[in-house]
Amino acid sequence: MNRFAALIDALVFMPSRNGKIRLLAEHFATAPDPERGWALAALTGALSFREAKPAAIRELAAGRVDPELLALSYDYVGDLAETVALIWPERPEHLRDRANSLPPSLDEVVEGLRTAKRGQVLERVEGWLDSLDSSGRFALLKLITGALRIGVSARLAKTALAEWGKLARPEVTVDDVEEVWHGLTAPYPDLFAWLEGRAERPAAGHGAGFRPMMLSHPLEEEDRAALDPAAYAAEWKWDGIRVQLVARDGQRRLYSRTGDDVSAAFPDVVDHMSFDAVLDGELLVARDGVVAPFNDLQQRLNRKTVTAQMLRDGPAWVRLYDILFDGDEDLRGLSFVERRARLERWYEAVRPLRMDLSPLVPFAGWDELAAMREGARENGIEGLMLKRRDSAYLAGRPKGPWFKWKRGALTLDTVMMYAQRGHGKRSSFYSDYTFGVWRGEELVPVGKAYSGFTDAELAELDRWVRNHTTRRYGPVREVEPGLVLEVAFDSVHPSNRHKSGLAMRFPRVHRIRWDKPAHEADRLETLAAMVAG
Amino acid sequence: MSAALHTERPHPDRWIKVLPEGLFVEPGGFFIDPVRPVDRAVVTHGHSDHARPGNRHVLATPATLAIMRRRMGEAVGGSLQPLDYGETLRIGDTSVRLAPAGHVLGSAQVVVEHRGSRVVVSGDYKRRFDRTCAPFEPVPCDVFVTEATFGLPVFRHPPDLAEVGKLLHSLALFPERSHVVGTYALGKCQRLITLLRAAGYDRPIWLHGALEPLCRLYAEFGVELGELRQATVAARDELKGALVLAPPGAVADRWARRLADPVVAMASGWMRVRQRARQRGVELPLVISDHADWDELCRTLEDVGAPEIWVTHGREEALVHYATQRGIRARALALIGFEDEDSDEVPGQEAGGTGGEGA
Repeated sequence: MNRFAALIDALVFMPSRNGKIRLLAEHFATAPDPERGWALAALTGALSFREAKPAAIRELAAGRVDPELLALSYDYVGDLAETVALIWPERPEHLRDRANSLPPSLDEVVEGLRTAKRGQVLERVEGWLDSLDSSGRFALLKLITGALRIGVSARLAKTALAEWGKLARPEVTVDDVEEVWHGLTAPYPDLFAWLEGRAERPAAGHGAGFRPMMLSHPLEEEDRAALDPAAYAAEWKWDGIRVQLVARDGQRRLYSRTGDDVSAAFPDVVDHMSFDAVLDGELLVARDGVVAPFNDLQQRLNRKTVTAQMLRDGPAWVRLYDILFDGDEDLRGLSFVERRARLERWYEAVRPLRMDLSPLVPFAGWDELAAMREGARENGIEGLMLKRRDSAYLAGRPKGPWFKWKRGALTLDTVMMYAQRGHGKRSSFYSDYTFGVWRGEELVPVGKAYSGFTDAELAELDRWVRNHTTRRYGPVREVEPGLVLEVAFDSVHPSNRHKSGLAMRFPRVHRIRWDKPAHEADRLETLAAMVAG
Repeated sequence: MSAALHTERPHPDRWIKVLPEGLFVEPGGFFIDPVRPVDRAVVTHGHSDHARPGNRHVLATPATLAIMRRRMGEAVGGSLQPLDYGETLRIGDTSVRLAPAGHVLGSAQVVVEHRGSRVVVSGDYKRRFDRTCAPFEPVPCDVFVTEATFGLPVFRHPPDLAEVGKLLHSLALFPERSHVVGTYALGKCQRLITLLRAAGYDRPIWLHGALEPLCRLYAEFGVELGELRQATVAARDELKGALVLAPPGAVADRWARRLADPVVAMASGWMRVRQRARQRGVELPLVISDHADWDELCRTLEDVGAPEIWVTHGREEALVHYATQRGIRARALALIGFEDEDSDEVPGQEAGGTGGEGA
């Protein structure tokens, strides 16, 4: 357990993604089986122990310390596992026992929890809490209450696994790991054996697992000149979130692009997945087939459960792009044209509710397509997708077969209002900017941007912020209304979450207008006129 | 003793008052750690939330007065009167003695007696070993005024040397990265240096400019700190793998950009709570504090054996609850103007400037 606890602690404090990958890879390289496998299971959310609910843990702690002091401490710390880990009393006899015997290993803990009879779990947990130090207690409590919440997603753990696997198997990617993942069970001895070059690649996962998605590259002007229009099919790029629908072996799952299971938030789609297939599509909010602004979809994202009102106000819809499996048949090796034909045939036969097909956009040449792209301003269209007619469905982001051709960005001259410190490498820089436009004589904030500038420009912006600060609120500074930022954004929608009543999609700094006086920046009316729909 | 005339000693409630300027000892006509300039001040220690400029008359230990002069220069106030630990001084209808508090160099508890009734105002204190100052002396009393900075049972500081061991381990693990540790200029900085030296670290330690004056002063008072160098003028390459100490506000600000891919550490009792450390962008939290942790607070209540305690700055509620459960009368004393140790909002502090204020 100590080793796992040290890993958890190190991950909690590691600010950078690459640093986290390094820590994880180091753990996979040096921790023995099955210890590392259980760690991986814990990090990917594959372990669950039903009897050790937070309320039970709290009760356990209240048996050891004054409940009033526990409550005050919990108020202060804000995280139950951490509170209990810190407050658990250390008795001299525990310290002595700890010096004389090894604390339980992660393996012992997992086995102990799996084999515990009803009612035994808490007793075992209590014994372990006595024999672990505070880091160990923290790791144990995080483990048994399920949600680690330490800034490591399942995807990141798998990425680290692939990075480490490259030592013995240079060709391995995270998508290979993803592909075999669902055929495996913790503590994954076959997976580690394969990545260490000691065994064959495990069979691809079946069942309701996630299949790695095929992603596209942005289309640059110079790319387009070299492409043969006849080799590509075009379809609209819908402005929702990419999802994979998996209905296999009686199970139904909806996955995001990174393989996170979002089924629970979208019962209105999952309810209609009464088929046996794996599909690729765009999740939207649509009323009678008419796509609603992205903002409506946003209300339904990142939720564990949904209310009846949310289901009524923002009905979910899936616009289908592709078919990966029809029953047991793996279609990913077929060409796009062949898969499209299979998708259409499948759709005609099944006719699932709350789903439709994303139509192909016929075109003769690039100029014609470019004109259609600029003309499409209605809700839900972000641009075009170009897909090579002969391309198989490949995992990851291969360059060439698929391109996204977003419609031109909108731009607006705004005034910087607040600046906030960044994270990690940017922690000494004011790198996140809230900007606004004029409404009458006052500025109203309309968005926030933290990209689109070079490191040299960031240094200049940082200096400007420090020299023009009017007020400070912790990590945020209010600045004089004196710097114009030309921001680019994909679209703008009504929003009741923002004071201005408008919300931008993907705003980024396009140019820093050192030359332009703030009073010449744009007005709110200008932005309101850009609202899609 | 006038016990024959007064069968009861006056309860401290009747002769110690909380006024806007701070804690006022009426029969002595002086304030303890006043937050605004007053006529007569008794100062427990040199941290800027306890020792403030502009008082007409200041009584404190010789070391505390030296620290105040070093930090405030001319602004320190009118006449400065030193009082050594253990000596007793008559002020008005009170007698005053200073007892070591174990917090930082020169830190003292103020022991005040008035007509047989004794109050100890402890200022800030800790109970564990510290080479840079005299250890806390428990003084039996009628009312003990205690701090409660870490007054929750989640705050238990681990052994200092184990924390220093983490820092040394990281230095060995990342020999190419500089390690910058956020420490306060008075106390924490010098204590950390002595802990490092005790753990066998004998390489030069690099200092942010704001930390230098008090390190020199500690050395003048006989605290061995080993070789110290100026980080502010060092070449970037020199700082690879080096150990750099800087005020907390500077470790993640512009000043730190001169360092080679730094590991950001912070030495503070707050580092015990992960979320708090993360919010500060700390990669290597070191739980090293000059304040008593929960166990030390509880032990101290027992050691001084006061039937009543007054709890000042910090998380008063939990300590009041704990004391009450144990039959000790307890109440929170609403004193204003005391900052959390390591609070983010240190007035007037800008990196590279006079950073390092605060307790």
